[in-house]
Amino acid sequence: MDKFITLDGLVAPLDRANVDTDAIIPKQFLKSIKRSGFGPNAFDEWRYLDHGEPGQACAKRMKNPNFVLNQARYQGASILLARSNFGCGSSREHAPWALQDFGFRAIVAESFADIFFNNCFKNGLLPIVLPKTEVDALFGLTEHTPGYRLTIDLPAQRVVRPDGHAIPFEVDAFRKECLLNGWDDIGLTLRHAEKIREFEARRRVEQPWLFA
Amino acid sequence: MSKTLYEKLWDSHVVHVEEDGTALLYIDRHLVHEVTSPQAFEGLKLAGRKVWRVSSIVATADHNTPTSHWERGILDPISRQQVETLDANIRETGALAYFPFKDRRQGIVHVVGPENGATLPGMTVVCGDSHTSTHGAFACLAHGIGTSEVEHVLATQCLLQKKSKTMLVRIEGKVGAGVTAKDIVLALIGRIGTAGGNGYAIEFGGEAIRALSMEGRMTICNMAIEAGARVGFVAADETTIAYLKGRNFAPKGADWDKAVAYWRTLVSDADARFDIVIDMDARQIVPQVTWGTSPEMVTGIDGTVPAPEDFKDPVKSEGVARALQYMGLTPRMRIDQIAIDKVFIGSCTNSRIEDLRAAAAVARGRRVAANVKLALVVPGSGLIKEQAEAEGLDKIFIAAGFEWRQPGCSMCLAMNDDRLNPGERCASTSNRNFEGRQGAGGRTHLVSPAMAAAAAIAGRFADVRELS
Repeated sequence: MDKFITLDGLVAPLDRANVDTDAIIPKQFLKSIKRSGFGPNAFDEWRYLDHGEPGQACAKRMKNPNFVLNQARYQGASILLARSNFGCGSSREHAPWALQDFGFRAIVAESFADIFFNNCFKNGLLPIVLPKTEVDALFGLTEHTPGYRLTIDLPAQRVVRPDGHAIPFEVDAFRKECLLNGWDDIGLTLRHAEKIREFEARRRVEQPWLFA
Repeated sequence: MSKTLYEKLWDSHVVHVEEDGTALLYIDRHLVHEVTSPQAFEGLKLAGRKVWRVSSIVATADHNTPTSHWERGILDPISRQQVETLDANIRETGALAYFPFKDRRQGIVHVVGPENGATLPGMTVVCGDSHTSTHGAFACLAHGIGTSEVEHVLATQCLLQKKSKTMLVRIEGKVGAGVTAKDIVLALIGRIGTAGGNGYAIEFGGEAIRALSMEGRMTICNMAIEAGARVGFVAADETTIAYLKGRNFAPKGADWDKAVAYWRTLVSDADARFDIVIDMDARQIVPQVTWGTSPEMVTGIDGTVPAPEDFKDPVKSEGVARALQYMGLTPRMRIDQIAIDKVFIGSCTNSRIEDLRAAAAVARGRRVAANVKLALVVPGSGLIKEQAEAEGLDKIFIAAGFEWRQPGCSMCLAMNDDRLNPGERCASTSNRNFEGRQGAGGRTHLVSPAMAAAAAIAGRFADVRELS
């Protein structure tokens, strides 16, 4: 996993609540057996005017000029600004894969759906929950300020606006360590292999039917 | 100290706890399907790691499989490759059980697990699918997980997890005739919203839940994720135990008695404290129909479509306006005046024998309306299909003009050929009405199986309670 320490990036706003994983990456693209290459199909149904299918060359497709992420001013954005319950719906990790492949490294929102939130951390994509008042202000600033950028400082756990206003955010200590170091969860867990074996052996005696 | 069921299930699986409370939970059952597992198996292979406990794995192919013309195989080459990749991965690693495409016991992963007794009370269950919450009906801690976590569980038999807050949804009273588990859970989502359960583990309790069959409880727990909760569950009781007796992977002999004694302890203690309690009166719940593009956009069959100005919050109001435009509906329209084009009876929410019986009871001796282009019945598994055919349900559906198909996820998410065309409106027993969920531009209304059948007959939404 890539490390995440600090990020200074262009912000793109997606001003709607309950953005679901079917919208982030429609089901036809889940047929891939790879982890990469989902970026061109992120938000496929909102982003293009035609219907997308796997294997299409997306560069030639007609883009929907009304979809915010297609606007020239947001090209190259690495921070997505969103509303409440972002990433609701399915457990498909293809959603964070698609957002990351699209170019996002962090998502700032009022709230996230649990599974999506969790999946982001496994991929070095940082989901940040901020209070509604701060998110409201950021939507206003992003819309009214061409080239609006934010700095995300993970060690200090704050989002810093260009005017110097710093907004603190929460992140679990364990997840933070993993992101800062780019650690692989599996490697970390396997340090406890002996404990897992002991637990399993005990369970096998107490509830043998679970090991049939 | 008294404990909630969640705390009992949690405590009995903790292997290790980090300083910030992040725990390693031991996983008893790992359900695997073709869509979210290929990258996990590949990752494992690339890292030179082995599967920790092969006998925890139960696998099936369900999302991509066609529901008709099985003799032709899977025509879509990308779908076929995904299913064949699962075949190859399971061939290489092994599993407790694998129900591949065309197997007699193949079906939707959340249907197949319980019906084979592979889901047992007190287990931790995971699957790379958000509807894994279904298994909570058996007093399990069942988590939907992403592909990285699938790989993590394959490699370590553990899941890294932070403890959730606890929510008790207590539904007292008896539901009226024609009101089902689906209506209960849709009414709950309408009340607390699709983010209402974020960060919570939901225990469903009260008289109305106790009165449900295991099938009904699975429907409720299945949609816990639609209320925002990654896990939802029901305490074990005699209904749970009776359902499991004699099933394939359920314990036998002395183990059965020992297991049952343990399962009876899988209830929240009487004085256990929850972080939040939601009370609902079952008698107030009427058959539900969603009108928008989120499961929380729901009302009773006796209701009307709302207007954006009914909502004060501007983000919500705009969301409703966008949903109505997508759905092709106008404010104040009566729900029972909305005409439909297609009907889908199936999915991990509502494809079990009880669901098919309820739909067949409505369809019996009636005809699908002329304006309905397609009415699909997709049983949840091969075994359910066999049972339904033994009961003659297939003949009732076919005589009424429904199509009787092979098992699979089908038009719940339209990864196979079963889908809506742009603008088509569907009465669906599935779990999500998101934009494009059942096909790009398709319009989904979530309902119970009986209400889906009633809509098929009437050609529009109709109150199943008024059908004699």
